[in-house]
Amino acid sequence: MQPARVSIQTADFDVAHELAQLRGADARVGAVCSFIGTVRDRNADQPDAAVQAMELEHYPGMTERAIEAMIDQAYARFDMYGARVVHRIGVLQARDQIVLVAVTSAHRGSSFQACEFLMDYLKTQAPFWKKEFTAQGAVWVDARVHDDVALARWGIVASNAGP
Amino acid sequence: MKIRVRYFASVREAMGCNGELLQTDAATLGALRAELVTRNAAGADALAPGRAVRMALDQVLCDASAALTDGCEVAFFPPVTGG
Repeated sequence: MQPARVSIQTADFDVAHELAQLRGADARVGAVCSFIGTVRDRNADQPDAAVQAMELEHYPGMTERAIEAMIDQAYARFDMYGARVVHRIGVLQARDQIVLVAVTSAHRGSSFQACEFLMDYLKTQAPFWKKEFTAQGAVWVDARVHDDVALARWGIVASNAGP
Repeated sequence: MKIRVRYFASVREAMGCNGELLQTDAATLGALRAELVTRNAAGADALAPGRAVRMALDQVLCDASAALTDGCEVAFFPPVTGG
């Protein structure tokens, strides 16, 4: 049975384990590319306020569906063998891992591109919301136009951060 | 029509609940949003036309023109910030 392509979980992930699972016994794989997003200790808009914790809310059901659809699009665009996305939810601390995106392919071009494509897509369309806790209180993180611009490079209009 | 509405993040906080079952005649997501804005102060604040609110119908991102169906699930939430 194929392992799940998408996991939404509170538990931390072990990238070595995840990549080993993704590669499996597929000897066609010549390239494995991965990205890990982690919690920074600084809020983007308040550089002096240390982020003590971050809470990740999500839309159960839609989150998995949305990321599965993004992976299907990646398969349509890039020559790839496998994809795995793990995204954590709940309360995280600075330096904690948040998200893993990993892709396998025959050659490196597809893996690098698919990995970046999936991250750009996830940042603007996957239903998660971050709340940062600082000494000044709790603040919902704002979506960034920069992320919509990143997705536009792939020919997809996000309209996430706009009005 | 009977529909299930869900609210997330700052929209959830402004609405004061994470969701509700609604009876509505609204034909589209946009019409439903307008209805909720006029219903009470919470809706007027959370879903005001100037606010950046994203919408989903049956767990797929949609815009205001999406047509509602009996028994569908609708969600209102802020721009997403995952990853």
